[in-house]
Amino acid sequence: MTSVPASPGDTPAAQEETGGWTGWVRRRALRSFPPEQLLPDKQPIYVASWIYVFGVATIAAFIVVLATGGILALRGPAWWHGSSVGHYVNSLHLWSVEIFMAFMVIHLWGKFFMAAWRGKRALTWITGAVSFLASIGTAFTGYLTQQNLASQWVSTQAKDGLNSVGIGAYFNVLDFGQMLMWHIVLLPLGVGILVVAHVLLVRRHGVVPPFPPKDTPSRDATVAEGSVQA
Amino acid sequence: MRLALALMSPINLNHPGRYVHWGVIQISVANLVLILIMVAVFAAAILLPFPGTRRRK
Repeated sequence: MTSVPASPGDTPAAQEETGGWTGWVRRRALRSFPPEQLLPDKQPIYVASWIYVFGVATIAAFIVVLATGGILALRGPAWWHGSSVGHYVNSLHLWSVEIFMAFMVIHLWGKFFMAAWRGKRALTWITGAVSFLASIGTAFTGYLTQQNLASQWVSTQAKDGLNSVGIGAYFNVLDFGQMLMWHIVLLPLGVGILVVAHVLLVRRHGVVPPFPPKDTPSRDATVAEGSVQA
Repeated sequence: MRLALALMSPINLNHPGRYVHWGVIQISVANLVLILIMVAVFAAAILLPFPGTRRRK
């Protein structure tokens, strides 16, 4: 990183090159995500439909999942098994996951029938699909760490299938400690990173427009003229 | 307490789960009901008007 700031007399090209790697990251970030695009206050008119609500509803449920999971981690199993407030927070964690998964699947159905990978949005689609798979893994390890008969049953049913594909050493469903760490550290981190990347890609490429009527000449020219307040 | 009992009574969970069989497909009634609710919500999200849409037009 250079320690000399660009002087006012420098040419724009010289100012462009200053700042070392932090300057490069800043310029790249501003180019890729201009503030008005990163935090827009308007959306195209076609976004005024309930089907576009399920993405943000999934994120809202995800925040509740993380918050209740954090409380459970702080208070421990004796609290969530043995006190009424613990039962309540434990149930909040379960039902927010149920809502998270249900809303995510409805979001997936909507985007699938819109062919949401159109218009250079393939990576947006891929990050969403992979975060869905990672969420299934996170929910699965959550079932494994319930410390009850159901979790024992699930783990013994799953072990042979997972061992047969050769991942038993790093994903041993009979190892409670390992499953707990997957559930509260690695997989939530992975889902969180994927969700952030997914949202950034949506901001960069915009919300996919609906299919035009059949008599419209080009399917690419589908951006509606109007807009609505976000 | 009465409210809790009233909410609990419609679904009795103190018995083994009920399953439906259709060829090779086997699914619990609870999961089937959940999927049907999700399909209904999906249909409603497409068909129901979004608040304020008419005013903007």
